[in-house]
Amino acid sequence: MASRIRIRAQLKGDYCEVKALMRHPMETGMRKDQTGASIPANFIEDVQVVHGDTVVMQAYWGAAVSANPFLGVRFKGGTQGDVVKVIWRDNQGATGTGETTIR
Amino acid sequence: MKTITLLFAVMFSNPLYADEVYEVLLDSMVDKNFVTVERLKQDELQAFCSKPRSEKVDEARAAELREAALEGVPSPPGGNYLGDWQRGEKVAINGKGLQYSDDPNAANGGNCYACHQLDPAEAAYGTLGPSLSGYGARGQSAAMLKYTWTKLWNTHAYNVCSHMPRFGAADILTPQQLQDVMAFLFDPTSPVNRSQP
Amino acid sequence: MNNRFIKIIFAIVIGLWSATLLSQGEGIFDEYRDMLGDDNPAIFVIFDGEEIWYAPAGPKSASLEQCDLGLGPGVVEGAYAQLPRYFADVDRVQDIEARLEHCMIQLQGLAPDEVSAKPYSLRGDLGTQLEALVAWIADQSSGLAIAPGQAHAQEKSAYALGETLFYYRAGTHDFSCATCHEQAGRRIRLQALPNLTTHEGAAAAYSTWPAYRISQGIVRTMGWRMRDCMRQQRMPELTMGSEASVALQTYLAVNGAGASMTAPGLKR
Repeated sequence: MASRIRIRAQLKGDYCEVKALMRHPMETGMRKDQTGASIPANFIEDVQVVHGDTVVMQAYWGAAVSANPFLGVRFKGGTQGDVVKVIWRDNQGATGTGETTIR
Repeated sequence: MKTITLLFAVMFSNPLYADEVYEVLLDSMVDKNFVTVERLKQDELQAFCSKPRSEKVDEARAAELREAALEGVPSPPGGNYLGDWQRGEKVAINGKGLQYSDDPNAANGGNCYACHQLDPAEAAYGTLGPSLSGYGARGQSAAMLKYTWTKLWNTHAYNVCSHMPRFGAADILTPQQLQDVMAFLFDPTSPVNRSQP
Repeated sequence: MNNRFIKIIFAIVIGLWSATLLSQGEGIFDEYRDMLGDDNPAIFVIFDGEEIWYAPAGPKSASLEQCDLGLGPGVVEGAYAQLPRYFADVDRVQDIEARLEHCMIQLQGLAPDEVSAKPYSLRGDLGTQLEALVAWIADQSSGLAIAPGQAHAQEKSAYALGETLFYYRAGTHDFSCATCHEQAGRRIRLQALPNLTTHEGAAAAYSTWPAYRISQGIVRTMGWRMRDCMRQQRMPELTMGSEASVALQTYLAVNGAGASMTAPGLKR
């Protein structure tokens, strides 16, 4: 699946602002399909924003986060050209990664 | 330039213009699944009502259309106005039916909640039409039942150019479904008639 | 602990949701908008659109850089705000979609079928090229006044046609645009309905499309919105860039003229 995660990182004054749009259905596990069968839970459980080798943000998500989550994070200590990654893992074990350089 | 504009102005006020609009629509739309461009052809009522709400209507013509609408309303099956309110509630909630994205073999919904408040405990209701909460308080006299049935079947029997669909006359809902919607409105035990929260 | 935490979040979300329901259903969404600030997931689609504009494509291996959107070949800034407008090279009034279709055929050599076969995303899609292009082009008019052409006779008749179409009742449900959009302060279920016959309502609508549709995760165009309205009105499918689609958009744009474009917008 192409472009499962899109990411942008920009220096703004003394902090770096990261924005990421993740493609993920974020199924709660409580919905039923047209036949009445439960749609299995499928949601992102943890997200990391990584600057170089440092995890600058770690989040634990659950079923309450909506589909296609849009994440915004600000952190200090980044410089132009540094690599920033966003990595997620869902309850079914799938992962997604996006990478960019700070502008 | 001014002449051309004037020419267009004259064209637009010409009653034949409705046909030209139809031609434009035929050019601009295509059949999709079971929904065809046949639907773009207006009947007399639709053509008459294609005007701003504020515009005055030809009262004589409106009266003719109203009478024709009234005459076309059949009696309910078996002479019974009221069906099952639980089925009626489902009809009121269901917004599908007759769109090209819908299953043509599935029953159509009435989508009543799109425009009306019904069960006072249901917050997701529209305001294009008046609230129908507590409708059953009107009682079940023969006149009230007939009035409501007629209105659901073809609202133009009372209110020409209303924007409410002709649920019976246009075959959107079956007579059975309409009986069930009637029950949803009238039955004292229906959620529509529960006391306000 | 995790489970309980989730239940608490749920309760808060549902509590917030219920508490704000009666305010035309927009209350909870306003809070969400405040949290986002100026952020809009459409930003990613805008980047895509810009790339697509400059990328060579089609049998002629050409980009869209020479495409004339009304302000001269390649001038994108401010162009969206002045559409729909009359184009002499095709002798008709065109919206952004019809114009892009024209450029793709003329400049890139694409077949008309290729361009119009699937202009809009279907459920689950990641976005079409057209949607991305329109997002970027509209963003290039952000802050500028809506100013569709109304000097040419065809532009004026497009407006008149649009107005007539707005009131045209048809189909199984006898719906017209006016059924939902002729009055102020109404809603369908919990969705507020702008009065498109007034400047205020038309401006609010026209200035915010194209828009990132949160429930779909993609950018949708004004042309798509018209098509989807028609679907819900129980009509057949409206063709992109067609005379009726252009006329209706002209009606909205003229009614909303003078207000500032803020697209791409953010909608549920």
